[in-house]
Amino acid sequence: MDIHTTEYTVAEIWQLLEKVADPEVPVLSILDLGIVRHVHVEDTGRGQQVEVTITPTYSGCPAMDMIAANIRIELMMVGISLVKIGYQLSPAWTTDWMTDSGKEKLKAYGIAPPVALVRDQETGKISEDRGIPCPQCGSVNTELISHFGSTACKALHRCLDCKEPFDYFKCH
Amino acid sequence: MNDQTMDVMDTNKASATNPQLLITYTLHVADNAVIMSQRLSEWTGHGPALEQDIALTNIALDYLGQARNFYQHAAMLINEHRLMPAFAPGRTYPLQEDDLAYHRLEHQFSNHLLVELPNDHWGQTVLKVFFFAHHQMGIYQQLLKDPDPQVAAIAEKSLKEVKYHVKWSSDWVLRLGDGTEESHEKMQKALQYLWPFTGEFFEKTSWNEDRINLEALQQVWDIEVQSVLEQSTLLVPSITRFQTGGLKGIHTENLGFLLAEMQYLQRVYPDSNW
Repeated sequence: MDIHTTEYTVAEIWQLLEKVADPEVPVLSILDLGIVRHVHVEDTGRGQQVEVTITPTYSGCPAMDMIAANIRIELMMVGISLVKIGYQLSPAWTTDWMTDSGKEKLKAYGIAPPVALVRDQETGKISEDRGIPCPQCGSVNTELISHFGSTACKALHRCLDCKEPFDYFKCH
Repeated sequence: MNDQTMDVMDTNKASATNPQLLITYTLHVADNAVIMSQRLSEWTGHGPALEQDIALTNIALDYLGQARNFYQHAAMLINEHRLMPAFAPGRTYPLQEDDLAYHRLEHQFSNHLLVELPNDHWGQTVLKVFFFAHHQMGIYQQLLKDPDPQVAAIAEKSLKEVKYHVKWSSDWVLRLGDGTEESHEKMQKALQYLWPFTGEFFEKTSWNEDRINLEALQQVWDIEVQSVLEQSTLLVPSITRFQTGGLKGIHTENLGFLLAEMQYLQRVYPDSNW
């Protein structure tokens, strides 16, 4: 089969994008992360053109260029050379778009996944400063060390039971 | 809302979509973010603890990202309307984001004076972030409803980020203000020094008056900032917030040195790329 004449459906493109990993958290695909907004397929007469629209997790996210390059490579490997990458800021990315399986993969990787509502046992207020389940031992006896961790999208916490520090993927 | 206020709002909307005013405003927001980012990144590798070094670097990165979004948008508008701003010589259409950040001269930058001031000690840097982050939160909240959809989209994105900056810097102002005798004294001095520069946040110009409700901006800023300062046992200075000039391109001597470093590579190797 000559792969250059193969036409792909939108659903097949989505499947291919599953193989593109987040460069900073390589256990997550860009679909797990929820940053792919649209896929559009068009026949240009010179071959099939695929347009993939992505949204940044953070304004200054340095991984965006690499993600765009990796999408091109992934599609080129199956013979799609006409690739357009679009960027869209609104609606702004939210951790709600992260898939459940993505959250499980994060946890297995040692990063606490975003949790929407944690009630502080002491103050009774909703906050992300205490009670984030430790990805190592599962204890909720944990506290915030810093609002910013190894990347802008993560905060640094520590477990008061197993004493391990851990990254927490912030609600956004 | 009566008919008269409706009329006023319609007029405001019309001038808020004027491309020249929109470009000037967009450049101003971008300038603020890029200079703030450049200044804060001087702390990289020098923070008092690894976690805080990382925190400030991440905040600097957020501002860099916001600056890029606004410069990209300004470049797009400039190219579309053929409205070249005041500029270093030798630049031609189409302009790119880098032209705007790296090829404008100091008097062509319209950032607030506060963001170009040297960092000085950690407490003073934190206080500067605290003032600026509250200002950013205020303008982004208003820009969510901007008639220009891309400005509104960038504001929506940025707002989520500055909320964390507000939280982080407020925690530090509290910790140091209501800390030891020495930290309290240093914070009070820093406050005395920086306070006169905060009046510029609410200064009216031909290009911001129809885009931002400056009275509302100041009202919210004053209440929120003063409430944290009071909790931190710091006294709000009674001096007037008199420092001014940035919006007209009249800067402190600090900006030139900052730009000399930031723009060096693009000045020596114009249009070089990664």
